[in-house]
Amino acid sequence: MATTRILEWLGRFYVVLLLGFLYLPIIIMGAMSFNASPFYQLPFEWTTDWYASLWQNDQLIAATRNSIEIAVITTIISTALGSMASLALYRYEFRGKKVLQALLFPPIAIPWLITGTAMLIFFFGVGIGRGLIAILLGHVALALPYVIVVVSARLQTFAPELEEAARSLGANQWQVTMRVTLPWIMPGVIAGGLFAFAVSFDQFVVSYFLSTPGQTTLPVEIYAAIRKGFTPEINAVSTIIIVVSMGLMLLTARFFKFGGEK
Amino acid sequence: MAGVQVANVSRSFGAMKALDDVSIDFADGGFYALLGPSGSGKTTLLRQIAGFDFPDAGRIAIGGESVERVPVEKRRIGMVFQNYALFPNMSVADNVAFGLSVRGEAKATIAAEVQRALDLVQLGKLGGRRPHQLSGGQRQRVALARAIVTKPRVLLLDEPLGALDKALRVDMQIELKRIQREIGITTIFVTHDQEEALTMSDRIGILRDGRLVQEGPPEEIYDRPQSEFAATFLGDANIFRGDATGSGIRLQDGTTINAASGASVPAGAKASCAVRPERIQISTGSAKPDRVDANTLEGKVSKRIFAGNSSTYFVDREGQTLKVIVQNTGAERLAEGEPVMLSWSPDSTVLIAA
Repeated sequence: MATTRILEWLGRFYVVLLLGFLYLPIIIMGAMSFNASPFYQLPFEWTTDWYASLWQNDQLIAATRNSIEIAVITTIISTALGSMASLALYRYEFRGKKVLQALLFPPIAIPWLITGTAMLIFFFGVGIGRGLIAILLGHVALALPYVIVVVSARLQTFAPELEEAARSLGANQWQVTMRVTLPWIMPGVIAGGLFAFAVSFDQFVVSYFLSTPGQTTLPVEIYAAIRKGFTPEINAVSTIIIVVSMGLMLLTARFFKFGGEK
Repeated sequence: MAGVQVANVSRSFGAMKALDDVSIDFADGGFYALLGPSGSGKTTLLRQIAGFDFPDAGRIAIGGESVERVPVEKRRIGMVFQNYALFPNMSVADNVAFGLSVRGEAKATIAAEVQRALDLVQLGKLGGRRPHQLSGGQRQRVALARAIVTKPRVLLLDEPLGALDKALRVDMQIELKRIQREIGITTIFVTHDQEEALTMSDRIGILRDGRLVQEGPPEEIYDRPQSEFAATFLGDANIFRGDATGSGIRLQDGTTINAASGASVPAGAKASCAVRPERIQISTGSAKPDRVDANTLEGKVSKRIFAGNSSTYFVDREGQTLKVIVQNTGAERLAEGEPVMLSWSPDSTVLIAA
C-alpha cells in the first residue's frame, strides 16, 4: 500500500514538473506584461500600461494584422488544396502517385532556413520578389504537407463502402463528397487547418527572408523590436497571442474530441 | 421492378479471371442466391450488376435496358453491404432519407416515405437514433430500409447476414424474405452459407473460379447436382468414382452402384456417383435391402456423432469413409467398430460426368 502511494505521489510530481517545464516561461512572461517595471524588476507592481501603449505602436499593430491576414488566408488555401489533394490520393490510382506521395513529405524535414533561402531566390527569379504575396505563397507551401498528412491520416479510418453506399443510392460524386466523405474527415480538416494556421502564424524564418521593412509579420517585427531594445509591449502582445491561440486550441479540442473520438 | 440479364460477362483483374463467360437470367420478382467459396467471383458478379465495376466483355441488362456501361448512381438499384455501411454522421431517419434527398424530393414526401420504410422493417420509432446506438440486427434493418426506400429496380445484398450471430441470422432470414415478398422486388444476394442459400432463395447460382457451375431451384441443385463440386458445396454428399456402366458406375473393387438420375455417360468413361448422407440406410449384419436393385455396401462404423435429433455415422470401407445421417427414431444405436450394411436406392443416386 505504501509503495502505491509513493508511486502515486511520484506520478503527480512528474506531471507538475512537466507542466511547469511547459508553462512556467509563458506564465512569467504573462505576469511581466502586467508589471510596471520595464526591466523585470520585483516587487510586482500591477499595471496595464503596456497594453495601452501597445495600441499606440502602429508598426506592431500593422505587423499583427499582416500576420493574422496571412495566417487566415494560408489556412483557407492550404486546407482546401490539401484536403482535395488527400481525397484525390485516397480515391484515384494514377501514374506517378507513389512518387508524388513520397515527395510530399520531405519538405517537412527540410530546415526552414534552407526552404526560406530557396524561396527567396526563386521568387526573385520569377519576379514576385519579397513582400506579403511572397510570404503568403511561402506559407501555403509550408503548410500544405501538414494538411495532407493530417487529412490523409483521417481518411485511413474512412470506410470506402460508405461512398459506395451513397453512390448506390443515386448520389453523384459531389453529393458523395459533401454529404458523406467530408463530414467524416472534418475533424482531420479542422486539425489540418489548425496546423496550417500555426505554421503560418508562428513562422519566423521564411517570413524573415521574404519580408520587406514595411511589409512584415508579427514574429519578424517582434524580432526586430527586440534587437532595437526590449520593451514589455512585446510581453503584452505575446500574452494576447497566447491567450487567443490557446483558447482556439481548447475550443477545437472540445468540439472535435481529438484522440477520444468514436 | 425488373428482371436482370447477365449474358457472357467476363472480367479479369490482371492475370486473374474473376468472371469467365457467366450468363444468368434473374427473373422479375425472384429471390436469387449467388453461392460460392471466397474467390469464386460471386461478389465480383454482384458488383458488375450494381455498376461499381464494368465487365471486360458481355452484356448486363436491367428491365431489358443495357446497363453494362452505366455507373452505379444511375442504375436505380438498392444495395445492402456486408457491414451495413450506414452513414455514421446521420441519424437513422437521415440515413434512410439519403437516396430520396439526393434526388431532390420534397421534404414532406421524404418524411412520409422514410416513415413507411422504417415501419416496414419494424423500426418505426428509432428514426432519431444514431447508427452506433443500434444493435447489429437493427443496423441491418436500417440498411435494408435505406436500400428499398428509393423503390429500386433490383435489390442487391452482399453477404447481408454474415456479421450477425446465428439466432439473429435465422430471424433476419425470415424477415428479409417477408419484406422481399411484400414489395416483390427482384433480389440477388451473395452468400457463402449454403444453408442460407437453400432456405431463402427461389433459385441458386453456384460459382467457382469465376464460372457458373450450376443454376436452378434449390431442390433441383440439391437432388440433382451436375458436378462433384455442386454436390459437395451445397450440402453433404458421398462421392464414388469409377467407370460408367450405362446404369451407374463400377468401382475399382468390382462393386456396382446404380444411379437412376443424372448425366448420361457412355459406358467405360470415367464418372462419379453422389448420394446424400440422409438417403443411406444403415443396419447391422445382413438385413435385406427393400429393393432388388438397391445399392449395398459393407463397412465398419468408425465414429458416431450424436446430435440429438439425428446421429451421424462415419463408415469405413475400402479406404473410403462414408457419411450416413440417421434420424433419431428411437431405434437401436450402432456402436463404433460394429460391422454394418449400407443400402440406398438408385433413385437417391446421381450420376455425374467426370
